[in-house]
Amino acid sequence: MAGAKNHDYHILPPSITPILGSFSALTMFFGLVMWMHPEQFGYGSLVFGLGLLGVLYTFFAWWSDVVTEAHAGDHTPVVQLHLRYGMIMFIASEVMFFVGWFWAWFDFSLFPVPLEIVKDAETHAFTVTNLIGQEGAAALMQWPPKGLEVLDSMKLPLLNTLILLCSGTTVTWAHHALIHGDREGLKKGLLATILLGLLFSSIQAYEYLEAPFPFAGLNYGTAFYMATGFHGFHVIVGTIFLAVCLVRANKGHFTPKQHFGFEAAAWYWHFVDVVWLFLFIAIYIWGGWGAPVHA
Amino acid sequence: MTTIAATGTDLHAHDHHDADHKPGFFARWFMSTNHKDIGTLYLIFAIFAGIIGGAISGLMRLELAAPGIQYLQGWASMMAGKEASLDEAYHMWNVLITAHGLIMVFFMVMPAIIGGFGNWFVPLMIGAPDMAFPRMNNVSFWLTVVAFIMLLGSSFVPGGTGLGAGTGWTVYAPLSTSGSVGPAVDMAIFSLHLAGAASILGAINFITTIFNMRAPGMTLHKMPLFVWSVLVTAFLLLLALPVLAAAITMLLVDRNFGGAFFDAAAGGDPVLYQHLFWFFGHPEVYIMILPGFGIISQIVATFSRKPVFGYLGMAYAMVAIGVVGFVVWAHHMFTTGMSVDMKMYFTAATMVIAVPTGIKIFSWIATMWGGSVSFKTPMVWAMGFIFMFTVGGVTGVVLANGGLDDNLHDTYYVVAHFHYVLSLGAVFSLFAGFYYWFGKMSGRHLNEFLGHLHFWVFFIGVNVLFFPMHFLGNSGMPRRYPDYPEAFAYWNGVASTGYAIMAVGILIFFVNVIWSLLAGRRAEDNYWGEGATTLEWTLTSPPPYHQFETLPVIK
Repeated sequence: MAGAKNHDYHILPPSITPILGSFSALTMFFGLVMWMHPEQFGYGSLVFGLGLLGVLYTFFAWWSDVVTEAHAGDHTPVVQLHLRYGMIMFIASEVMFFVGWFWAWFDFSLFPVPLEIVKDAETHAFTVTNLIGQEGAAALMQWPPKGLEVLDSMKLPLLNTLILLCSGTTVTWAHHALIHGDREGLKKGLLATILLGLLFSSIQAYEYLEAPFPFAGLNYGTAFYMATGFHGFHVIVGTIFLAVCLVRANKGHFTPKQHFGFEAAAWYWHFVDVVWLFLFIAIYIWGGWGAPVHA
Repeated sequence: MTTIAATGTDLHAHDHHDADHKPGFFARWFMSTNHKDIGTLYLIFAIFAGIIGGAISGLMRLELAAPGIQYLQGWASMMAGKEASLDEAYHMWNVLITAHGLIMVFFMVMPAIIGGFGNWFVPLMIGAPDMAFPRMNNVSFWLTVVAFIMLLGSSFVPGGTGLGAGTGWTVYAPLSTSGSVGPAVDMAIFSLHLAGAASILGAINFITTIFNMRAPGMTLHKMPLFVWSVLVTAFLLLLALPVLAAAITMLLVDRNFGGAFFDAAAGGDPVLYQHLFWFFGHPEVYIMILPGFGIISQIVATFSRKPVFGYLGMAYAMVAIGVVGFVVWAHHMFTTGMSVDMKMYFTAATMVIAVPTGIKIFSWIATMWGGSVSFKTPMVWAMGFIFMFTVGGVTGVVLANGGLDDNLHDTYYVVAHFHYVLSLGAVFSLFAGFYYWFGKMSGRHLNEFLGHLHFWVFFIGVNVLFFPMHFLGNSGMPRRYPDYPEAFAYWNGVASTGYAIMAVGILIFFVNVIWSLLAGRRAEDNYWGEGATTLEWTLTSPPPYHQFETLPVIK
């Protein structure tokens, strides 16, 4: 058994990136703790930024290694199968992460508590009181909480739904172009998908600025912004993933037979798309049903 | 693949190693991509964390040995560097129980049983040269290390009434939100984020390895039961941990950014946190015990010199435990005021788990039945496991009853129950596995006499330590208190004595390990003889740095 390797699995040389990335993550999270507690620590943002740089560098160095290894021919059919399994399971874990945020949303919306919401006409500040057990509470047990204006799901959220669905078709265009050896089509499809992703994020940012309810101090706001916010973060990650694919496409990477980096980005993009459909239905349409909409 | 594969065969030349060519010290231990080295790192880490977690429980038993506050105020003063108030002393108690729980769960049992034995023996047992993602394997390990640093660090910063995170391992809101001002709880939360990320990546690695890297001819139904157990465990990790990540992220939002998830005054729901936590937390208890089931199955079959009784039933019993384990979580929350219908469902569903668990216990006994049993050290640990885990299992059936749990919830009866399944279950399986495989991993035999002595001292110690807790719980002593009335003094004194006996057992273990590493007899390839039939026994002890460079074929 000594010497020659008679199998197609990928035996890797030692690598510094795992330990580098781990200690960078420690620095980043500890920096965040420092930043959140200025009464205890100074320079939190600096430590956080340093850790973030280390984490980003680790991602870059690690995946550069993966690309180099792919070009060196280390990604045999069975290793490509490993990568597919890995990506599918990573997405499965992400789905369970979103289950948590939807759980919070359905907890609040299916079992509403009697909230009294008073909006100050001048400062636009909200005062929220839970009237449970007090007179008139029964009339307040509704979702969304009485006195709250919500976003009109049939305006910008519907537009964003169409944008994401459209981006699902453009990424498929890119994939088919790649399979048929049409590199220009691949680049155009990717570019269109990235632009649609950026458009989605911009509209979402605008909508956040316009939204008629606060983040803090109200269950509706906290659950809404965290669920849609984590989705927005995933859209940004997916857009960067696709942008990396565009850069690689320009460099001549990917063949019609072997292009898992692209496929992983496309899978991720579809996952982000499906999460949005659930958000759109459960939070924007059903979750805002019956409430006055923000003009 | 055509063009790339053709060039690939040439470029592979740089990858050629002699089977035993090892990198230098730093590259080998800090940049590892070798499943056996990473497994060793995990085991060393788990032993280190176990010493800290075990020492903390020693402090707890010292304080609880007699009624009244004896040492806590002194310890709290030592930590703070100034005279501590009684409230700060009580906070110190909360920090101790929190640290003990988190360390033993996330930094001792899980790294040892999945990271250590899983990494070492899953590739060996399925005839694979390494894990599917060797570099990701290493990031799982180092993320666990930095998570531990983060958790230990939290003990030195303010966490509310005193230093450290005093929330309990469950981190319930609102104690963990408005109830704990200061950075300590944020650090504990990020520690869980890091450890969770490590475990999710590890789970992905194990599932991919087990599905895709089995030796030719090894179908799923020919896989050793330890591999089955790690496969099921990995699925539980993959699906349960992200929900915990969401839950503790909500805690962060509530703590630092004015979030309302668990703030009832703003429409939030503290019970929501408990649902999210236990949706993770219940699968988590199976994550800790299932690989132990796998280890016990290998050992019982080896030392009975028989294949395990009812192999398929054993494998699918674990699958059933894993699946049903996802729909029983609210039995941890019977006293939160849930409806009677919900209590009935969660009582019934929980009891269903006793069926596949019973299948396992009876199949182990049936394996020994009529076998040619030899009482080597791993086997006595395995038999201790079966005996003690059954005790923990039947108290579990008692606690599963929603009506009864109204009285037993948060009493020492619960503490007794989960220490019987963990300290006498999971930990016994860890020691069983360690005695079973130490020779394979190190190339040296452990001493049989010291192994048996360790077993008996430890067995007596933990039973003296934990059995009286049933009585304390039945008479109403609540968990998580540093003080108690005179009425509970007797059995608490007995329990603390048990801790001392158990600690002597651990000392014998360390003597045995150190003695064996320095002067132990060299281990042969298959030192357990004909009963040991899995693939790791076809290799040298220790195995070559890269094994199975020509894949074994299973008939």
